[in-house]
Amino acid sequence: MTDTRTLTYVNALNEGMRQAMREDERVFLFGLDVDDHKAIQGSTKGLVEEFGAERVFTTPLSEDAMTGLAIGAAVSGMRPIHTHIRMDFLMLGMNQLVNMASKYHYMYGGAASVPMVVRSMIGKSWGQGAQHSQGLHALFMHIPGLKVVAPSNAHDAKGLMIAAVRDNNPVMFVEHRLLYPTEAFVEEAPFEVPFGKARVIREGGDVTLVGVSNMVNECLRAAELLQEEGIEATVLDPVSLIPLDYDRIARETDKTGNLIVVDNGWTCCGASAEILADLAERGTRAKMKRMGFAPTTCPTSPALEALFYPNPATIAQAAHEMLRPGKTYSPDPERAKLAYQVAFKGPF
Amino acid sequence: MSAPRPNDPTQPTADDLRRLYRSLRLIRRVEEEVARVYPTDKIKSPVHLSIGQEAVAVGVCDPLETRDYVSPTYRGHAAYLAKGGSVPAMIAELYGKATGCAAGKGGSMHLIAPEVNVMGASAVVGTTVPTGLGAAFAQKRLRTGAVVAVFLGDGATEEGAFYESLNFAALHRLPVLFVMENNGLAIHTGTEKRWATDRICERVETYGIPAQRFPTSDVIDIRAATIEAIAAMRDGGGPHFLECVTYRWREHVGPGYDYDQGYRDDSAYKEWQARDQVELIGGRLTDTDRDAIDAAIETEIAEAFAFAEDSPWPEPDRLYADLYADRDFTPVRGV
Repeated sequence: MTDTRTLTYVNALNEGMRQAMREDERVFLFGLDVDDHKAIQGSTKGLVEEFGAERVFTTPLSEDAMTGLAIGAAVSGMRPIHTHIRMDFLMLGMNQLVNMASKYHYMYGGAASVPMVVRSMIGKSWGQGAQHSQGLHALFMHIPGLKVVAPSNAHDAKGLMIAAVRDNNPVMFVEHRLLYPTEAFVEEAPFEVPFGKARVIREGGDVTLVGVSNMVNECLRAAELLQEEGIEATVLDPVSLIPLDYDRIARETDKTGNLIVVDNGWTCCGASAEILADLAERGTRAKMKRMGFAPTTCPTSPALEALFYPNPATIAQAAHEMLRPGKTYSPDPERAKLAYQVAFKGPF
Repeated sequence: MSAPRPNDPTQPTADDLRRLYRSLRLIRRVEEEVARVYPTDKIKSPVHLSIGQEAVAVGVCDPLETRDYVSPTYRGHAAYLAKGGSVPAMIAELYGKATGCAAGKGGSMHLIAPEVNVMGASAVVGTTVPTGLGAAFAQKRLRTGAVVAVFLGDGATEEGAFYESLNFAALHRLPVLFVMENNGLAIHTGTEKRWATDRICERVETYGIPAQRFPTSDVIDIRAATIEAIAAMRDGGGPHFLECVTYRWREHVGPGYDYDQGYRDDSAYKEWQARDQVELIGGRLTDTDRDAIDAAIETEIAEAFAFAEDSPWPEPDRLYADLYADRDFTPVRGV
């Protein structure tokens, strides 16, 4: 059984790109340091050796022009994978992403399309700080014409990568640094994880936790803590943010009547706000709450950084308060930190 | 211009002159007609006219083959037409009609002609420099032998993406001809308020890119330089740069003149009019040839405007069409 093989997220990314490049010689991979000895934390390891410097190459620090190059190459018959080692660096390519990539197919009446994948990695912990930690996916969700995917596990990292490369549109591929060593069952043969299909990772009847990217794992840990209190949580992974599986989120919310969306980004105008707004427009009677980065800049000191992110304890507390308002519940911070490493491996 | 040599491809034959004149005159007359119709409000798009600047696009595009690419600017009617873009599809696009080259979704600033490899034009200055670079990258990787002419204005040279693109094009020896249309104005602000020095060719040469300056944008000179640059690039040579000094006769956007607005007077305009390339090249044709070309152009333009007038508006369901491309989408060609 191939699905008994486990793979880390980083190796799943690597395998996804490798297989996508093997099946289509128009695919090329570029970005600062994709071909060096560290190979983007290992995610591009061995690719220049297999595919050569014409298809795997580093770039000058010219994110604006390199993004434009990807677009121009894409509309002329190639399929670039543009890699950024931190999501924060995408800000240097925003003009091309927002003004060209997202609009090329529509603005020119369907004459051309932009099949490109833009990989970027969200950093976290160990003092990544203000400019190495941002989850900026909501900026891209705002722009019609872009697709945004955020794999939370190795299986999806590979399946979404292959689907993204085969897609004929610009796909913002949002990775998370802390997920790189996590393992899941991953088939060896090429496969796609479809966009726009949320996945229930854990079922529970009391509260629905929607996690984005790495927050799926934090939600799973929170669910373990809640279970000890007799509260059963559903954990839902949207998998892709654009297209977003609004219907599934609504169904899973209706089942429990309680929803907490935990984003790996800020709440203001974010993915969590979008999900709650959709549910409000549907007339949901569920109790709803958003969680995400604290509405401030990410600090480097661990004493402050710990307060910046939702964690299993704060998520579990929020769920507890929603279900049992006014009742005291303080998970031991050490227990929360050391909460069972759920590390969901599938099957999917 | 070097001395003519026998069979020198850079020296225009009588056929070449007729073709150059036809292209120059077509662009001039299409845009004059756009300006004439504009006050009727039938054109539903801001227009940035190239009148006075046609020689740059014509000199560069004349030696290009269909397989070669052009990456135009928002002042791009001239490049679009010079590369062979459809006149009816352009006018219909300006009218916002379903038959436009961008199906009525792009307008004057977003012309595209995939069938002749005119890439999509952008309203954001400098943006189509890197996208043209990408097309050049694709030509080199796909070994098509095609080259890319990237048009840009003097303003675009102030954007970081311009220098990023020069550097990458030179580093990877990409077949890209950077064509700078230097009309000295960014909207209404002159280069003297924007440039520390005007030695743009020197700046470009520091990247190892050959650069040439054309102080009057003589169409024959630009064409000759382009022919040589194309030959070098098809032979594996890297990028080339042309600074074509030119003059925008009309206002930045819109159909009119603006010499009464106080930011410039008409003295330079009169100098440029005196060496108008449309007239100069037209003057080298026989009257018979010129009349025949003029008449054919008038018919073509009349038919194009009639086509635009008669074309339908896009249906309401087109509002959401083509936001995303399907899996089975195949482009018309390249672009």
